[in-house]
Amino acid sequence: MADVKTRPRLAVFKLASCDGCQLTLLDCEDELLALAGEVDISHFLEASSAVAPGPYDLSLVEGSITTAADAERIQAIRAASRHLVTIGACATAGGIQALRNFADVDEFRRTVYAHPEYISTLATSTPVSAHVDVDFELRGCPIDRRQLIEVITAFLAGRKPDVPDHSVCFECKRRGTVCVTVAHGTPCLGPVTHAGCGALCPAYHRGCFGCFGPSGSVNLPALIPLLRRDGLDEDAVGRFLHTFNTAAFDEELGK
Amino acid sequence: MNSAPAVLDRDGLSALVKVLVADGRTVVGPTVRDGAIVLAELTSGDALPYGWGVELEAGRYRLVAREDGAAFAHSAGPQSWKNFLHPSRERLWSADRTAEGEVSFTAHEPVAPSYAFLGVRPCDLRAIAVQDRVLTGGRYADDGYGRRRRGALLIAADCTEPGATCFCVSMGGGPSADPGYDLALTEVVDEEGHRFLVRAGSEEGARLLEQVPHRDADTVMESTARSSVDAARDRMGRSMPPVGLRELMGASLDAERWNDVAERCLTCGNCTMVCPTCFCTTTEEVTDLTGDHTERWQRWDSCFDLDFSYLHGGSVRRSPRSRYRQWLTHKLSTWHDQFDTSGCVGCGRCIAWCPAGIDITEEVAALDAERGTEAH
Ligand code: SF4
Ligand code: SF4
Ligand code: SF4
Repeated sequence: MADVKTRPRLAVFKLASCDGCQLTLLDCEDELLALAGEVDISHFLEASSAVAPGPYDLSLVEGSITTAADAERIQAIRAASRHLVTIGACATAGGIQALRNFADVDEFRRTVYAHPEYISTLATSTPVSAHVDVDFELRGCPIDRRQLIEVITAFLAGRKPDVPDHSVCFECKRRGTVCVTVAHGTPCLGPVTHAGCGALCPAYHRGCFGCFGPSGSVNLPALIPLLRRDGLDEDAVGRFLHTFNTAAFDEELGK
Repeated sequence: MNSAPAVLDRDGLSALVKVLVADGRTVVGPTVRDGAIVLAELTSGDALPYGWGVELEAGRYRLVAREDGAAFAHSAGPQSWKNFLHPSRERLWSADRTAEGEVSFTAHEPVAPSYAFLGVRPCDLRAIAVQDRVLTGGRYADDGYGRRRRGALLIAADCTEPGATCFCVSMGGGPSADPGYDLALTEVVDEEGHRFLVRAGSEEGARLLEQVPHRDADTVMESTARSSVDAARDRMGRSMPPVGLRELMGASLDAERWNDVAERCLTCGNCTMVCPTCFCTTTEEVTDLTGDHTERWQRWDSCFDLDFSYLHGGSVRRSPRSRYRQWLTHKLSTWHDQFDTSGCVGCGRCIAWCPAGIDITEEVAALDAERGTEAH
């Protein structure tokens, strides 16, 4: 075990999000003890209310920027962090709450809340990288446990994380899953989605939902006619793309 | 081998599987799973896809019931024997740092399973021969592949039911197995019953045949089997245009058609993963949290992956156009320069399993047409 004084200091922060991604860290049951031996967990409210002030060597940030307060807070987090890694679809793409980017937020506010005047929110939900420099973005809704450990391990070793940015189809073929689109005509976002989940849904006969957002090499316009071929009408295609990574896929559609 | 052809019935084939299993072999063959005929370990002949066939089109694969009960009347499945001989992920070595700060390396050379591949199509037999050249010939031999390949017994199944995406004949092959097998079967189902004509292609094949109940083939059986294989030759669903492919590729570097295909191509990589000859890999290093243990793994890679051409500072083939062109040009042209063979055996998998239904024979025809227009 590394000396407490020299162990890198790890912090976990949350912005607008559901907590699922930071929960993934607690979910790393087999690795948690080893991790606690290698890093000093200095700030992780979901695990402990004992927090130590920065600076931190590695900060994991979950959630998107949806309020003026968040926009200020992320500047402070960045200033206190040697390395800042964003985790999850909210932090890397604005999350499902970015649906507001295409709608009238005031209307939402009036419809949903009895006292809309209490609600202070920005008109958009944006990824952390739109506000500060980010050292690495780990995708997923939620993130994958193995990939999170890989990112932390890579940070400790001072190397690049092994997080390929090719399509989910690569993972399907590597694990020997029969393609649900070709063999069953099931609409699937795998060909345009970033790998990372291990091609979970197709292994259970479901099309990929795009939880990890666009892959590193996307041709989304080419997928649209295939989704239509496989039975989705125009509205259904829209709904399929506008979920956890709505803003990121929308940007790809415009290309 | 010149032992006379024999005939096995269904029970005889099951007995063969039993003998192979009793010999300690891992028998791999076609079986139905998840709505497709996949390749998987078989513990009994009953697991063969008796009564199942496939309907193929570009980007489309459907399992269909067959009334004749045939076991080997299908093609272009989602996997090939490469999944076993050249697996998608393999550990090469590991290293540990000792308390004294020294590093010790361990090579991983596990004993290869003693495979018996049952039902190897003639196109796939050729694909194995292509991978043999690539992975065991020359200076950069893949030891793991070599170990698995040396121990593998090959039981071919002649093709009597080519699919709509098949074009082996136009790639210089055909529906009958070339030498290289231990045993070759031709499945015949007619009024006389369901049986398999068997030829031995090696001492080991002949020895195995001796151990299972069989009878000698008569001339009628031989000619029935031969004519159904001959008929398959004329029933290929597709054909590669009969042009000099190497010259065509060389002349097509700047073709417009690459832009057209790049608009349809998802760069998803499925074509290379299902191709039985595509062999490219990358390596990944994995450390554990303590940093005292590290492993090197080899895994399938693809020319459709941006990182595949990552050199210092970035990827060389950034555009989908350049990546599709790399794939086709390597398959059909530069493969000859490197390995003295084509990289395509005409199995049709890349056509069937491309979600976008991009068809290698159609792309070649379009490139050829474009060259023709320019020449005039
Ligand atoms: S099931 Fe989806 S992710 Fe898997 S290979 Fe098919 S299209 Fe790609
Ligand atoms: S040709 Fe088809 S399978 Fe190959 S990368 Fe393009 S879309 Fe994917
Ligand atoms: S290029 Fe296509 S048809 Fe040719 S061997 Fe590969 S998968 Fe089969």
